[in-house]
Amino acid sequence: MPTSQTAAPGTDAPEVPPVLTLRKISKRYGAVRALDGVDLDLHPGSVHCLAGENGAGKSTLIKVLTGAVSRDSGDYEIDGDQVRRNVTPAESRGFGVGVVYQELSLLPQLTVADNLCMGAFPSRAGVVDRRRQRKAAAAMLDRVGLAGLDLDLPVAALPTATRQLVEIARVLANDAKVVVFDEPTTALSAEEAEALLARISTLRSDGVAVLYVTHRLEEIFAIGDTVTVLRDGAHVLTSPVAEFDEDSLIAAMVGREISNLYPGQRSDPGEPRLEVRGLRPPGFPEPADLSVRAGEIVGLAGLLGSGRSELLRAVFGADPVGGGEVLVDGRPVPPGSTRAAARRGIGLLTEDRKESGLLPELSIEENIAIAGWRTAGSRGLVNRTRLRRHVEAAADGLRLRFGEWSDPVSSLSGGNQQKVLIARWRALDAKVLLLDEPTKGVDVGAKADIYRIVADLAAAGLAIVVVSSYLPELLGLCDRVVVVKERRLVAELTAAEATEEEVLRLASPSGGAASVPEEVNPVEHR
Amino acid sequence: MTEVTTAPPSKRRGRDPRPEPGADEILGLGQIFSRGLGGIPVLLVLAFTLSLTTDTFLTGTNLDNLGRQVSIYAILGAAQLLVIITAGIDLSVGSVVGIAGVVAAKAVFETTGGLPIVWAVLLALAVGALAGLINGVLVAVVRLPPFIVTLGMMGIARGATLLITDGRTVQPLPEGFSRLAGGSVFGIANLTWVMLIVTVAVAFFLRRTVWGRYLYAVGSNAESARLTGVPVRAVQISAYTLSGLLAALAGLLLASRLGNGVPTAGTGYELQAIAACVIGGASLFGARGTALGALVGALIVGTLDNGGTLLGIDPFWLQILTGVLILVAVASEHLQKLRARGRAPSS
Repeated sequence: MPTSQTAAPGTDAPEVPPVLTLRKISKRYGAVRALDGVDLDLHPGSVHCLAGENGAGKSTLIKVLTGAVSRDSGDYEIDGDQVRRNVTPAESRGFGVGVVYQELSLLPQLTVADNLCMGAFPSRAGVVDRRRQRKAAAAMLDRVGLAGLDLDLPVAALPTATRQLVEIARVLANDAKVVVFDEPTTALSAEEAEALLARISTLRSDGVAVLYVTHRLEEIFAIGDTVTVLRDGAHVLTSPVAEFDEDSLIAAMVGREISNLYPGQRSDPGEPRLEVRGLRPPGFPEPADLSVRAGEIVGLAGLLGSGRSELLRAVFGADPVGGGEVLVDGRPVPPGSTRAAARRGIGLLTEDRKESGLLPELSIEENIAIAGWRTAGSRGLVNRTRLRRHVEAAADGLRLRFGEWSDPVSSLSGGNQQKVLIARWRALDAKVLLLDEPTKGVDVGAKADIYRIVADLAAAGLAIVVVSSYLPELLGLCDRVVVVKERRLVAELTAAEATEEEVLRLASPSGGAASVPEEVNPVEHR
Repeated sequence: MTEVTTAPPSKRRGRDPRPEPGADEILGLGQIFSRGLGGIPVLLVLAFTLSLTTDTFLTGTNLDNLGRQVSIYAILGAAQLLVIITAGIDLSVGSVVGIAGVVAAKAVFETTGGLPIVWAVLLALAVGALAGLINGVLVAVVRLPPFIVTLGMMGIARGATLLITDGRTVQPLPEGFSRLAGGSVFGIANLTWVMLIVTVAVAFFLRRTVWGRYLYAVGSNAESARLTGVPVRAVQISAYTLSGLLAALAGLLLASRLGNGVPTAGTGYELQAIAACVIGGASLFGARGTALGALVGALIVGTLDNGGTLLGIDPFWLQILTGVLILVAVASEHLQKLRARGRAPSS
């Protein structure tokens, strides 16, 4: 089979043919090109790492592999057999592709034995054969070094690391030729992560092809044979891991110049508008302080799960906190109440529009007005004319594209939905805006719009905090970047001194010794 | 009132399906049911058919009778609607009807030299509101599922009703109490007036007050609503409390109409109320439904009952018909949503 220049096989097994091949895989979500002609070869007995920033297309690639989404174009072969475009997850499992997800897919209330046999219960005429089930389950556990685990324990009673091994056991039981690990160590302590890596090495020697996705670069160097780097949905390179060091790998992942997608010159900030003093969001081992001036845009950088969103939510009073205070223009905001925060002029744009932002059944108009009803209505009554004027003013200049104000907000595209949510806080006359991944799932055109709007709002005197996993965005947009790592604010950089490499290094867990085991959250706030 | 303009085309479509139901026409019905006022054509068709097939339907006496019968369901439908919009459900309204009626009856009970009627009314309303308040607190603060909370309250209120009456009907009640429901103003029964007033008040509350809009926001996505500063708990508590209050009003009127306090009054009415809402276009997933829709839904259920009796149709068949109507209403709403979703990406 003809292979392109990228098909550099694993270093230790150059002559073994790949068990799984992807050629020119493309996938679009609306206007967003998630994958653009990506190639991938997975060889038996080799660990292939997938690297790239958030949004580079790693998860989409995994979803294509497992059949969770269907590719738009490109070839997918397993063992030389063509896999059809809209392969279902069950079929791809049948072909021998198994995935260990970051959020485990086990059923927590069921027992270990039931979870292991789910979907393939040994049975006679529909009645489960208990004895055979237990034997099968025990054999599966044995394979991952969990022999002796109580088969009747509910999975919820197991520590995360053990659960992960149970999940691996289940995947292997399906005769998996390819096992995909999607950020498996995110929820693990350092020792547990090490044990997992050792387990993966055993899989490799058993001849399984492993695709390993992680944010922790040191893991790539610890376990990877080959690495493929994706950037913006495109394939950048595939090379033996040995050819890289940490710096050159980061450079390959980032490798982009910041274009004029971002607004340029920024004016000098004014008085402090938002002051966070000694705030302890859930799970934070130490209090956090943050001060943002009027007209200033501050970025919070950090890996997924580092506590960035928790900090924003705590400032907004969305979660109970373990002490500390939040001041807007020097006035304290009553803690623990989103209503109080909104009244004092704090607005929160959540990371997940669908789960915690939009009111999908309601109209565009009402979605904008909902936070600012007090100004849009009069004495508790809805005044249609005033409402319309109010909403139009809030959406002015946002380049919101829609049919009618009364259309349901769910009829809009992602970028326009995001603009509706921004308009919502403009309608409230917010003084402080907290933006959590403001451009997530938004196409490039709307992205540029959102950057411009954020910069305009800052110029109008708002204090703005932006959380983003996309470093170019943070560096392009913000005046200052605060780095969050393992639920601590660890560093602060000005726009001038911050580079992507620097921020990424500060944000990455230092591996081994320094990382805090978070199996049990040390601080449980009520 | 943009919905009015959409009603006529669906009316025509609504009349056709009757003779030969087919796959196409179910979607036609879907358009009817999915709009808040979509039930109106169905109701008109029903009334039209009945006035042709019977000579008693379109008589003053029968319409007056119909209004009295329907009013209790319609008030309960409005009560239920408030909760359904917040994506909840109130199974206790039927039992609250029972307890409110009995409490009022006990209070004015003739032979014990009862309280003035006003006090009895206020007492009964307070009992209903209290039951609703407890529901609301358990749902909003303790965060129990509404179905379970109101199922519990359904049993508690019914049990308490039987307990305070020893399971016996409370009678006789003074003339003045019976006049509450029995009287009429401008030739229209008080019951009908109360039904209309409640519908208009609830419609105004839902459409034109900020608090009413909060109800829809909470039903659409409670977490999103909370993160925009909507006082979600207070909204939920108010919905259940108002539901209890309105259910108590219905219970009072029922006791007044019957002229006695029957401890089993209102049994099963919660299902009629839910049916009225659903047929009237409310979604059990929240954020959809209008007061006028619930009224029309109650009228449809009531007219079916009334017409069935006039035509001498077996009441058991009528029950089946009501059930089918609910399924068709919900299924067509669901189908339409699926269609809308299928269409969205391509447009």
